Amino acid sequence: MFGRLTWDAIPFNQPIPLITSIVVLLVIAAVIAWITYNKWWPYLWNEWITSTDHKRIGVMYIVLALVMLVRGFADALMMRAQQTVAVGASQGYLPPEHYDQIFSAHGTIMIFFMAMPFIIGLINFVVPLQLGVRDVAFPTMNNVSFWLTASGALLVNLSLFIGEFARTGWLAFPPLSEKQFSPGVGVDYYLVSLQIAGVGTVLTAMNFVTTILKIRAPGMSYMRMPIFTWTALAASLLILAAFPVLTATYAELMLDRYLGFHFFTNDGGGNSMLYMNLIWVWGHPEVYILALPAFGIYSEIASTFSGKPLFGYRSMVFATLGICIISFCVWLHHFFTMGAGADVNAVFGIASMIIAVPTGVKIFNWMFTMYGGRVRFTTPMYYLVGFMITFVIGGLTGVLLAMPPVDFIVHNSLFLVAHFHNVIIGAVVFGVMAGYTYWFPKAFGFTLDERLGKWIFWCWFIGFYLAWFPEYALGFMGGTRRLQHIADPSWQPYLDVAMVGALIIFAGIVLTVVQLIYSIRTRERRLDLTGDPWDGRTLEWLTLSPPPHFNFAVLPDVHGEEPYWTRKQTALREEQLIEEPDYEPIEMPVNTPTGIIVAFFASICGFAIIWYIWWLAILGLIGAFAVFVWYAWRDEHEHIIPADEVRRIEQERRRIRTELLGQWKPVS
Amino acid sequence: MEAGIVSPTEAPAIGLTHGSSEDTGLGNRGPQSKSIVVPYGFWLFVLSDMVLFSALFASYASLARATAGGPGSLQLFDRSTVAVETIALLLSSFMCGLAIVAAKRKNLLWTEVWLVVTAVLGLVFLFVELREFAHMISIGAGPQRSAFLSSFFTLVGCHGAHVTAGLMWIGTMMAQVWAKGFQPHIGRRLLCLSIFWHALDIIWVAIFTIVYLIGTLP
Repeated sequence: MFGRLTWDAIPFNQPIPLITSIVVLLVIAAVIAWITYNKWWPYLWNEWITSTDHKRIGVMYIVLALVMLVRGFADALMMRAQQTVAVGASQGYLPPEHYDQIFSAHGTIMIFFMAMPFIIGLINFVVPLQLGVRDVAFPTMNNVSFWLTASGALLVNLSLFIGEFARTGWLAFPPLSEKQFSPGVGVDYYLVSLQIAGVGTVLTAMNFVTTILKIRAPGMSYMRMPIFTWTALAASLLILAAFPVLTATYAELMLDRYLGFHFFTNDGGGNSMLYMNLIWVWGHPEVYILALPAFGIYSEIASTFSGKPLFGYRSMVFATLGICIISFCVWLHHFFTMGAGADVNAVFGIASMIIAVPTGVKIFNWMFTMYGGRVRFTTPMYYLVGFMITFVIGGLTGVLLAMPPVDFIVHNSLFLVAHFHNVIIGAVVFGVMAGYTYWFPKAFGFTLDERLGKWIFWCWFIGFYLAWFPEYALGFMGGTRRLQHIADPSWQPYLDVAMVGALIIFAGIVLTVVQLIYSIRTRERRLDLTGDPWDGRTLEWLTLSPPPHFNFAVLPDVHGEEPYWTRKQTALREEQLIEEPDYEPIEMPVNTPTGIIVAFFASICGFAIIWYIWWLAILGLIGAFAVFVWYAWRDEHEHIIPADEVRRIEQERRRIRTELLGQWKPVS
Repeated sequence: MEAGIVSPTEAPAIGLTHGSSEDTGLGNRGPQSKSIVVPYGFWLFVLSDMVLFSALFASYASLARATAGGPGSLQLFDRSTVAVETIALLLSSFMCGLAIVAAKRKNLLWTEVWLVVTAVLGLVFLFVELREFAHMISIGAGPQRSAFLSSFFTLVGCHGAHVTAGLMWIGTMMAQVWAKGFQPHIGRRLLCLSIFWHALDIIWVAIFTIVYLIGTLP
């Protein structure tokens, strides 16, 4: 009846997961009670859960990412604490089977459910605004994508309370991840949840490639799109080409585990190196799926806060697309030790070094954008400068690793772990934190507290260096990754410094929550009434903060690379706004519960597959298909916002902007 | 949201009037219509699906000789069975094309008829394929036998699963056309369905060549 699911799946005899489970359940219960007490369910349901508004969906992605950041970072702290205390004679507080689950969950959650949703959330929120349009190509599918991602996140976190998580590392390499060596539900949780989230990710990519290539404001040719939009396009193309490979690879591993196939097994002619090749054909582009949009965020910030157009716009576009293509030609550098031979290794080593060239172009472009500009050192600008320093160091250690002879020595060492944390924290985490600070006022109509924002930056910046530079050294001293116990007591000082670094980053994460609460409570002091708090240059700053549902009363006409800046300067110089348009009614997509219902059935089906409850899995599939047909049968697709409503909102915006004409001065 | 076109000589007005965006020569005069956006997005899905198949093809290519002492492709594949499958699927694609022609003329009866014929030929294909699978499993050449057979069953079976999904889609579309007539969004869905069905043909041609033709070379 319930497959493999019995009461033994609940960790009654393990105090750490049990207490965590109880605390998390209490927190969830408290949040639900609080929402119910305040009677917020109708609001949440109508305005957020069923919303097809790209801005709302973007915000929901970022909320998911922040929650998962806390979860993933809790894992990181536990690992650091274990390595600090389990030195020499001591075995620490985490037994190996638990420690292995923690490092696997940390990697999986941070990449798939923290970094990806954060990046996709920012893309969702910003790209249609930057393109000067009202929504994405497929608004309902956008909602479905979000809820499928959330469904994957739910299943991964469920493994904490029911059963166990994978003990195989974040990419679940076979043969360790095969049934023979990992008979439990851990790897199944991993595979099923990532398959469900992966569907959501591919649908998002389809949506954004279509949106960017087919739905832009009049006059916005490709070479007039903001760089963040370009990088969103590049990342979406990478997702479209890379994620299906991941789906196929996980499907093959699932067939091995569930039906006894022989893709990656030791017997039957299977080949585990096939898995390495396939997973890294996805895995290396994935690095750039995360990094390219972060580069786009830095480009917007560099230009805005230096008060200058981006230096080398065209070279930035070509560098982005160059990275996009080369990222598919380097996957083998993740396993030079496979033994493919000197020639093959040389080709992939050189390709990996070449990818540093377009990246270097970008670094110089950002520096030259700042050069000669009137730089305002706001929090996002701190992240930009911190990123440039950190990322150059991380890039250099990457070029070191691209040399096969060096890689043979430091393969799977702490040096490697330090390298990828260096680039992922330095580029992606700094980038999303900068983007969060930069676009927060656009989403909510008030800025985040600057003083706390800078503290958060310093926590991340200093904490990162303290936590990861000792690991570079330990890597050279022979430290391998994923050690549950440290045999050599002379490593203790390095581990202690790393622990201090992790605690400083922890302070930064706590301060992020404090900053959010403090900024909401004191928002009256920092209201963004203008819709343009940073003196921006791209179209998202043209509309109000927060933007109306339809973003723009009329789609803006685009002239040149900086349409909003040109329009703003013209208006200030001529001391009048653009003429008042003829207001027309606007069609917007209706809300739909399709997304959350599909995700509900997907979660049930996924849970059933993990626990071998086949009748429930079939029920889940039938349910999902029924929702699909039910949705396809709908008659109402759009609702009309009447012209009077559009006029009222737009005239309010014009009133605000007219007041500014007297206060702001044109830049000569 | 169709914007007018002005010559660059009117540039001084830039930023103060509406409808003055230049024609930048790439057709960038505002968002495209749904009849372009929807099939375009669906094409992207089809492309990503082809990437998925390319991963399965790569697995098959690297495991094709890993028979683990079991039967190889020469003993197992029969060109005449595959010929029947291929003819059924290619004809089915042609019938799907006829259905789209009928739908363009808003002819309900013939649209339904051609969709039924498409589905029946698809079923013939599936039936022959499943019979081949059943036969292989019965002689001990199931997917658990060797890595070669694992990758064969996965690649060909994934195509078969796509055909099955396509059949369910054809059934749904027939019901929708019947119940709702030829509304614009139904027409777009029919177009996407036919893109999907033709794409399955392209995949099958690759399977036919790489798996069956090369596999039966002496």
